Amino acid sequence: MEFTLITGRTVAQGEAMEKGKISEGFTRACAVVELDPEDMSKLGAYEGDEVKVATEAGEVVVVARKSSSPPHQGVAFMPMGPWANVIVGGDTASTGMPPFKGIKAEITLAKGERVLSAEELVAMIYTKKEE
Amino acid sequence: MPGYTDVICSFCGTLCDDIEVVVEDDKIVDVKHACRIGTAKFLASNDYEHRLLKPMVRKNDKLTEVDIEEAIERAAEILKDAIKPLLYGWSSTSCEAHSVGIELAEELGGVIDNTATVCHGPSVLAVHDAGYPGCTLGEVKNRADLIIYWGANPMHGHPRHLSRYSIFPRGYFRERGQQDRELVVIDVRKTDTAKIANKFIKVNYSEDYELISALRKVVNGGELREESVAGVPREEIVAMAEKMKNAQFGVLFFGMGLTQSYGRHRNIDNAICLVRDLNAHTKFVMQPMRGHYNVTGFSEVLSWQAGFPFAVDMGRGFAWYNPGETTANDLLQRGECDAALIIASDPVSHFPRKSIEHLARIPSIAIDIHPTPTTQLADVVIPSAIAGIEVEGTAYRMDAVPLRLRKVKEPPEGVLSDVEILRRILARVRDEALTVKAEVAK
Repeated sequence: MEFTLITGRTVAQGEAMEKGKISEGFTRACAVVELDPEDMSKLGAYEGDEVKVATEAGEVVVVARKSSSPPHQGVAFMPMGPWANVIVGGDTASTGMPPFKGIKAEITLAKGERVLSAEELVAMIYTKKEE
Repeated sequence: MPGYTDVICSFCGTLCDDIEVVVEDDKIVDVKHACRIGTAKFLASNDYEHRLLKPMVRKNDKLTEVDIEEAIERAAEILKDAIKPLLYGWSSTSCEAHSVGIELAEELGGVIDNTATVCHGPSVLAVHDAGYPGCTLGEVKNRADLIIYWGANPMHGHPRHLSRYSIFPRGYFRERGQQDRELVVIDVRKTDTAKIANKFIKVNYSEDYELISALRKVVNGGELREESVAGVPREEIVAMAEKMKNAQFGVLFFGMGLTQSYGRHRNIDNAICLVRDLNAHTKFVMQPMRGHYNVTGFSEVLSWQAGFPFAVDMGRGFAWYNPGETTANDLLQRGECDAALIIASDPVSHFPRKSIEHLARIPSIAIDIHPTPTTQLADVVIPSAIAGIEVEGTAYRMDAVPLRLRKVKEPPEGVLSDVEILRRILARVRDEALTVKAEVAK
């Protein structure tokens, strides 16, 4: 299903970040996409199911959660963090600001696929010293 | 059991200054008044398992513990060997550290930029164009009767902003607190802040500019022909414009919903013009919801020392400011910088993939309090003490009011403050520069 993806701060993300990013709590707080409950039924996803979020920049597996701020059909929200930002595009339109909100995203079911930790995700995507 | 009162919380730009902290055996055992995030920050300072304690240098592709001298030496080498190093981060440390960092950038001929570049950078661009009708949060508390949050969700980002400054507190002219004020939230989702608002206006995604323009039209006496603008019915827009005109003291707090969405600085430009138009009818001000606790302070210090608020390139021998060219993400994506010093920030988590692909390729130094994805990719990792908990310093609240951060406990053994780390790197870089000059002179 197609969505407009927005990313931003949540209180759980802020709290987990301060407790340490190399921790399970950080993954629980940030490796998440919040969807409108109606969109979740259309997608066939239940609370806690793994889904794949794909944009032009890349794709990432995260956990689907029922949004606490419905209704916002067609809009998906991800807390800021490495999971969201590996699928954020780069164009700053000469303002210095990448498009963290309003990204076209395709969300599909990915039941059973593993959600990587921040450490694993970074190690997988960014190779050190590769020219 | 020493207890500290009036401690400043060094998490968000609200910079709450009423925190009480109880310390036992140099561990924080109790925190009063702080929000969930602030409390977590104070208590997590005890948790040395999740802290960086030893400096590390990458050897044979593995981060290896070294002593502080070796780490400083390696950091200075990386920076000195670079043609265009990027010095990025800064928003979660003190102004004293900013000052040394800017000196270092000047010495190196590097580019210095802070996290404003990915939060209110566009607001700064708009302020250049249209001015800044602002005020302090104290004035909001004492005077404001209409509070608008547009594209901001303080219940999550600035949890005590509402209770300390905007809606709930009793003020000099707002004796009954919340009963004397009205809260309006404009957002694309019914956020937790919107749920407690007197009025929630749901705007279509990326159509904020249109809604601001419609409000300006009505405020300036025009007639809306459209049935609805940006998903908001005409009657609602007219009623909102009237509400704004009839307020005694209105304040527009705006957040990433405007700066990171389509239109970016143009959204803010238009919002500033709306506030200007409203001042023909009443008193109206605006205020960006600054995220990191000292993001404002960095802009202040950089403005004194280099003349510009963020994204300054010292490579030409003088300060050059051109957002879009000298901003961190643009530099990284164009592959222009050949080394990076990251301090008090985690761009690997918070920058888009394309920027980080380049950051991973170049040598980098990370100075932070705990391991992050950025320290994971760094070649030199230097642990630092937490400003506002383990070291003193100055920070600027989101309304540019400077406050003195307090120290309530000692840092882990051998861990230096950001200021000390930067001074040592600067000294090392300068020593070598002097040696080279002396040799050339010979």
